[in-house]
Amino acid sequence: MTIGLEHYLTLAALLFTIGVFGMFLNRRNVIVILMSVELMLLAVNINFVTFSAYLGDLAGQVFTMFILTVAAAEAAIGLAILVIFFRNKGTIAVDDISSLKG
Amino acid sequence: MISDFNLVPLLPEIFMALTGMGLLIVGVSQGNRATPVICAAAGAALSIAALVLLSLGWDAQTVMNGMFRFDEFAGFMKLLVLIGLIASLALSSRYLTQEDMARFEYPILIIFAGIGMMMMISANNFLTLYMGLELQSLSLYVLAAFQRYSVRSAEAGIKYFILGALSSGMLLFGISLIYGFSGTLDFTVLGKTIIGLEQIPIGLTIGLVFLLAGIAFKISAAPFHMWTPDVYHGAPTSVTALFAIVPKVAAFALLMRLLFQPFADMQEDWFQIIYFLSVFSMVIGAFAAIAQENLKRLMAYSSIGNMGYALIGIAAGTAQGAGAVVLYLMIYIVMTAGVFAVILHMRRQGLAVAKIDNLAGLSKTEPALAYGMLILMFSMSGIPPAAGFFGKLAIFNAAMNEGLYVLAVLGVVTSVVAAFYYLRIVKVMFFDEPADSFDKNEGSFARRVVLIVSVLFVIGFIIKPSILYECAMHAASALFTVAG
Repeated sequence: MTIGLEHYLTLAALLFTIGVFGMFLNRRNVIVILMSVELMLLAVNINFVTFSAYLGDLAGQVFTMFILTVAAAEAAIGLAILVIFFRNKGTIAVDDISSLKG
Repeated sequence: MISDFNLVPLLPEIFMALTGMGLLIVGVSQGNRATPVICAAAGAALSIAALVLLSLGWDAQTVMNGMFRFDEFAGFMKLLVLIGLIASLALSSRYLTQEDMARFEYPILIIFAGIGMMMMISANNFLTLYMGLELQSLSLYVLAAFQRYSVRSAEAGIKYFILGALSSGMLLFGISLIYGFSGTLDFTVLGKTIIGLEQIPIGLTIGLVFLLAGIAFKISAAPFHMWTPDVYHGAPTSVTALFAIVPKVAAFALLMRLLFQPFADMQEDWFQIIYFLSVFSMVIGAFAAIAQENLKRLMAYSSIGNMGYALIGIAAGTAQGAGAVVLYLMIYIVMTAGVFAVILHMRRQGLAVAKIDNLAGLSKTEPALAYGMLILMFSMSGIPPAAGFFGKLAIFNAAMNEGLYVLAVLGVVTSVVAAFYYLRIVKVMFFDEPADSFDKNEGSFARRVVLIVSVLFVIGFIIKPSILYECAMHAASALFTVAG
């Protein structure tokens, strides 16, 4: 069996779905949510690289580089906000992010 | 290789980027004592950027190898964004010192968010779109959590960050599918590719759905609105004002450029999505706001509802509808800036308050403020002759011309429901027993100017509505000319 376009796309779609579900089903720790975000972005990268190779067009791989860079910046900002939250509240459990309601 | 190395249309962005980085250096060397100076400099920089923008030739052109498009629509929307940024900076200046968060990063983050929004408006390639969107979002995440000793602000930051990251992920997944099934990232080429297709591949449609879901998060259209009330409530009020005024304009400009240019030929696909988003947003915005006690939360639901009305204009899919959206957004940002000027005024014993009940009897304690708020609330609920009425009229008119009777009727019904909670504020101000008066605000000159300009705009719009209407129509018609 040769590994073709559809296999890569299925893998990316699966990883993306795991990422989305990881965000919603996890009730314990905000860090897990940050990991899920990374997983989603990496799934997108697999998509881009696959299409780029399939189409013989470099733009997709360039886009991947940009996504990797932005993902790093995003993680940095996410962790910084998380540190602020932890200083105020002393916990980073997802269930404790609940003082705003209504 | 580089055939069109023409940076002139990017001058406002380049100027803002250089000023932003320069101010960052000043801030690092001078520390937080420089905050007032940096605030003033940022305001001046935004005004100069607006003047530079006005002095450019607004003819349609694409530069940077097709990555960046400048036309009348982009110019007009950028002008709205800059005005919104200046207004929100003016609203913030006093609040920053009152709330003890006068750190120099604040105005600089506003500048960087502004650059991101202007890139979004001018994007003609998915790469530019993504970079602009992320520059805007990352700056706004930090601003939401800016009051760093406050649990609420930190929580608003976390919620905004998580849902913002989720929406960026969905947007990117959509872009990757569109790229794969069309073979291009460039809007102009994409539009031509779609016209050339006999049958739209399913991957392209799925990609479009993901893309629209991502953008719907950014404009807080229901059912992707769940972050809005919490973030508006938790973030510092001056930041809430910024969130309510500016990012919506940029995201709407982006949405309109995408749907009316590259995806114009897939109208039957996106029409249903926009239709659904619009109906849902109007209903949620009208009914969920009724039970709110907090003005900031109320404004969050109000903005969800307003985005629903604006989406009607996009669903109409005509140049008239697009012009109505531009006009509606213009009126919406001016009204919202005025309302937030009033909310930022509400302080008792040195603490910010934002309950509706805190406004009780305002007509006795501060009549001028109460009448200003009265006019703004009439305008928000769309009672003629205030400006808000004309925005809704233009939208519903465009919908009726395209036979979207259900949307138009639903729009009128939900504005009647929404009028209930706007008028409740008026009732509390004028007929309830007076509560204690608010603190005397010294040095809030800039905020007062914003309020006065906003109220005068709302009243004065009727004198010559055609000027701004023509401007909006003219700007929107640039979207429908064939890309060069």
